[in-house]
Amino acid sequence: MEPVLEIRNLNVDYGLGDKAVRAVRDVNLTLHRGEVLGLAGESGSGKSTLAYGLTRLLAPPGVITGGEVIYHPEKGDPYDVLGLSDRGLREFRWAETAIVFQGAMNSLNPVHKISTQLTDVLKAHEPKMSEHSRNARAREMLKLVGISSDRMDAYPHQLSGGMRQRVMIGMALILQPQVVIMDEPTTALDVVMQRQILGQLIELRERLGFSVIFITHDLSLLVEFSNRIAIMYGGRIVEEAPAATIYRDALHPYSKGLLSSFPALRGPRRELAGIPGSPPDLAGMPTGCSFHPRCPKAFEPCSTHIPVLGRPDSPDGAARSVACWLHPTEQPVG
Amino acid sequence: MTIPTSSTAQVIPGQGAMATPENAKPGKKAKRQRFLFLKNKKAAVGLVVLFFYILFGIIGPWITPYDPSARSNDLLQPPSGDHWFGTTHLGQDVFSQVLDGTQSVVFVGFLAGTIATVLSVIIGITAGYLGGKADDTLSALSNVFLVIPAVPLMIIITSILDNASNLLLALIIGLTSWSWNARVLRAQTLSLRRRDYIEASRATGEKTWRIVGFELLPNLTAVIASGFIGTVIFAVLSLITLAFIGIVSNAGWNWGTILFWAQGQQALAQGAWWWFVPAGLAIAFLGTALSLINFAIDEFVSPRLRSAGKTKLKTASGGTVRMRIGFTPVLSNSAEPHTHARPLPGLTPGAATPVVREAK
Repeated sequence: MEPVLEIRNLNVDYGLGDKAVRAVRDVNLTLHRGEVLGLAGESGSGKSTLAYGLTRLLAPPGVITGGEVIYHPEKGDPYDVLGLSDRGLREFRWAETAIVFQGAMNSLNPVHKISTQLTDVLKAHEPKMSEHSRNARAREMLKLVGISSDRMDAYPHQLSGGMRQRVMIGMALILQPQVVIMDEPTTALDVVMQRQILGQLIELRERLGFSVIFITHDLSLLVEFSNRIAIMYGGRIVEEAPAATIYRDALHPYSKGLLSSFPALRGPRRELAGIPGSPPDLAGMPTGCSFHPRCPKAFEPCSTHIPVLGRPDSPDGAARSVACWLHPTEQPVG
Repeated sequence: MTIPTSSTAQVIPGQGAMATPENAKPGKKAKRQRFLFLKNKKAAVGLVVLFFYILFGIIGPWITPYDPSARSNDLLQPPSGDHWFGTTHLGQDVFSQVLDGTQSVVFVGFLAGTIATVLSVIIGITAGYLGGKADDTLSALSNVFLVIPAVPLMIIITSILDNASNLLLALIIGLTSWSWNARVLRAQTLSLRRRDYIEASRATGEKTWRIVGFELLPNLTAVIASGFIGTVIFAVLSLITLAFIGIVSNAGWNWGTILFWAQGQQALAQGAWWWFVPAGLAIAFLGTALSLINFAIDEFVSPRLRSAGKTKLKTASGGTVRMRIGFTPVLSNSAEPHTHARPLPGLTPGAATPVVREAK
């Protein structure tokens, strides 16, 4: 599969100098065309920081201290998002990569009509478009996300939470971006609405062909909807594999812990187990593997050496990678 | 009802190890935090200028080269080695007058500012927090004071009283200029008292004075501080206005008095610029210094910006970038690994290097 977004050795800090908190460290991740990549982990593991860092949306004191984010446009040469000028970044955003924010339904301005807010971005990115075709596009977008187009003139308070969330998703897709980053887009909604929206998203992806980075702490959601899952812990990616593989046999003890913390719908009953302890303080990370103080299987190299993310020595190792001393990594194929 | 800490430590293995940060230097950190405000250039410049005004306000009357009221034969001299700022039509030394006048301006400005701030805090927060009848009464009171034209009132009061001292002037200015800040503080308090953390502290049974003192006041610090600075500027200008129109000319020298005499003797028409320019500049610089401090406070209020320290930083390529919302700065744009994860020689068969995915 052809990559659309490649993150190479991305490092993100909050603050400067020796006071800096290193929130994302050496993250390598590739998003392929048309896939849904899930990003899971506890609160504070760096999921959102990674997403905002790669789009350069972090508020001060966030800084990117190293790495590359290579974007492959549909036509033309790939380029580094981190090297874009302010102007270039403005053009890149939304048209190439769109974001649906955490609690996005509150991002709608209460005093403007839905139609005004939907066509606003078209005015900025495609100034030559006529008002008629702008409205037509907005109407089409609403229809795509399952809202009847007579709601165009509604104000945000006249819509339900789920509808507002769908308006936001439609708004993100209105310029037909290649990559859509969704930061816990359904956290504030009930499970029925969650399922409905995600089903719609998958359908839209099949029709429009964009790729999705889906951030959530709800691993069960990801297992169902995503193609691949990356698990983050303490600012690093600790395991990455196809969704079914992770669900069936996760290699990293942390992934196992996450998976055993929610019940399976079918199959035999099993004991639910949490992960003892709490996420690490990013300002004072434990030495070695950052998970070792909480890891039930920690042994002697864990506390001194940082495990490298690489392909594990297992039959299906080619499609996955893990950073754990229990699974010595083969020499990665470069 | 306290949970012994040892029990949590037993339940959670490794909690102790994780709780201690790698490099904790509390003393150094605290010191750095304390002087952060001065790192702001506006604050530093404003405070340095203000320091000199206060210094000359204290020692000014002692270090004047001449008696500011003493006449001499050097009539209307331009600036020279003997008279740095020149002389008046009576041969008085303008430099001595400016130095001597600093005291009353600084004294009246800060005393009036303090009185007005204390009044506005008490009345504004009480009205906003208590609500109901107390709010109605106090709001009506501040509305009345809001529409009282302060300067004409001061003219009337000072002209009734024969010998208006600086203390009296400060009291009058302070007592008439608190209402605007009280309105602002009341509005802010109204918004804050509905916040969840205030409601939570009320629900846990905190006493009203504690809610106001520990939950509300810290959130109002910036509003109070900039209100204070604004009132000081207003008080200084009011005093100078009163002196300039000749109401308080017998209360000793201040910059307004100098301007009053300069205006009365048509200094501008005579080309005696040295008579009014120094006093005018002194007023302008004091106002600038106070405004700079005000701006710095505004920038400093957000704890988010405070923790960032500086907002301009150097990139690896030598350029400088500014931290802005929406455009995260990129310090070094290379795919080199930032930290070198060391592979264990004994465990891994091959030399493990950081994974480079099947790129291209």
